[in-house]
Amino acid sequence: MVRLTNITGAFLLSLVLAIPAWASEVTVDLSNPLVQITAGFSGTDLLIFGVAPDDGDVVIVVRGPIQSEVVRRKERVFGVWVNREEVVFDDVPAFYTMASNRPLDEFMPSGIAHVHQIGVENIQMVPRAEYADVKDWEEYRIALIRNKERQDLFKWEPVDLIFLPNRLFRATVRFPANVSVGTFGIDAYLVRKGELAGWETTLLNVRKFGVEASIFSFAHRHSLAYGVLAIIIAALAGWAANAAFRRS
Amino acid sequence: MQIYLPIAEISVNIFLILGMGGGVGFLSGLFGVGGGFLMTPLLIFSGIPPAVAVATEANQIVASSVSGVLAHWRRGNVDFKMGSVLLFGGVLGSSFGVWLFTFLRDSGQIDLVIKLSYVVFLTIVGGLMLIESIKSMMMRRRDIRAKAHTHNWMHGLPFKMRFRKSRLYISALLPIAIGFFVGLLAAIMGVGGGFVMVPAMIYLLGMPTAVVVGTSLFQIIFVTANVTVLQAVNNQTVDVVLAMLLMVGGVIGAQIGARFGGRLRGEHLRGLLALIVLGVCFTLFLDLVQTPADIFSLGGVVMH
Repeated sequence: MVRLTNITGAFLLSLVLAIPAWASEVTVDLSNPLVQITAGFSGTDLLIFGVAPDDGDVVIVVRGPIQSEVVRRKERVFGVWVNREEVVFDDVPAFYTMASNRPLDEFMPSGIAHVHQIGVENIQMVPRAEYADVKDWEEYRIALIRNKERQDLFKWEPVDLIFLPNRLFRATVRFPANVSVGTFGIDAYLVRKGELAGWETTLLNVRKFGVEASIFSFAHRHSLAYGVLAIIIAALAGWAANAAFRRS
Repeated sequence: MQIYLPIAEISVNIFLILGMGGGVGFLSGLFGVGGGFLMTPLLIFSGIPPAVAVATEANQIVASSVSGVLAHWRRGNVDFKMGSVLLFGGVLGSSFGVWLFTFLRDSGQIDLVIKLSYVVFLTIVGGLMLIESIKSMMMRRRDIRAKAHTHNWMHGLPFKMRFRKSRLYISALLPIAIGFFVGLLAAIMGVGGGFVMVPAMIYLLGMPTAVVVGTSLFQIIFVTANVTVLQAVNNQTVDVVLAMLLMVGGVIGAQIGARFGGRLRGEHLRGLLALIVLGVCFTLFLDLVQTPADIFSLGGVVMH
């Protein structure tokens, strides 16, 4: 129920913000609306740029597709560390990073940060219903953020957003090699005098391309054929190796 | 140079993987062992998810066993009948193993079980090898021939079969049970299981040493092939790109290793291998008992 109110609230707010006079205050775009994961992919930098009045502050939030994550806690059993209790969180963004022109605590009212989920501590991740009775789930939520941060998928601190002449701004966001595929939301928020003065969203697609994409989809869609093919390749490789080294 | 692995979904250094394949291939050529029990832990240490490491290594072992069995087959050192009976147990065991693997993965215990299995089996195998090689280095006595075979309760079991090549007349239940157990290990640990199969064939079944390795390799091909297909179907964890890189490195390494192996004495080789095995084992053991940097971990994306 609480979440439903939040969603409704965010929706109404977005309707209010869709008023053209406000929407024009901040615009945002990307150097490339598509990140391609190919055989040589080892992460990539994405340039985000836009226009905003220089009497306000801008924060950009990049959010990956929503997933469910299981967080497990280890306990010592007979000297060995074993996974014991677990909590599943829904609505976890696969990726979360920000860019802003100065530290958030200098201009961002906590109310806006909370409603718009700006800052990793404000991401509204709640345990799935069957885990609601885990009393210390808050600890699991913090651990989820910490683990995501260790994998370079969450960033606690925003990266630099630089204002250029003519009200232009730009920021470079790093996408690591282990980034998830899917549709990413990129939101630019303009904050002036403690009020949200503008907000614009653009989308980014992260997709696998080429051989990697074909192998992945083949392995998932025709897993039996994939397994058989893997064996045939291995058997041929073994036979070829034997034949090659027998002659020499 | 980085390469993105499509199933593991991570980017790895291509030369690191080729080097690991070559290094383990070298050792397996040098010692005449499969190398799965070294490769899988190395893959896990280098950041490949354990589930992917185990399934992919099974795929690679298909290649190395095919290559190995051909050489033994040419010399007539494969007992196909015994191999098939072992295989019958192996297919049952590995199928059960993959089912168990999927179950353990879903309940978050697979990493623990993989590592624990390694610690237990590597301790036993490494320890026995070390003791044996030290003994033979000290005594240097040759030709302590094993008795043909002693009669015990095993020979009272039903379903007796004659294995001409192995010169045995024993119950089929025994090789089926051994095959089942080794198949289970293959599925959970990502190994061929030769390090358990070979001693079991010699000491439990009483097979002649000449046909042991070829017959073991013969059944390993099909057991690991079974594991590969079942892992691909149930868990989608077989990474063919990774497997092919390992195969390339492994094949070259094994050939070089085999040439070096001829220059070293048997008991020295076994002693050296025992130390490597115990080293890997100790590293995994530390991993299990040391307080982890973070007692919380992510178990991956779960479905609704």
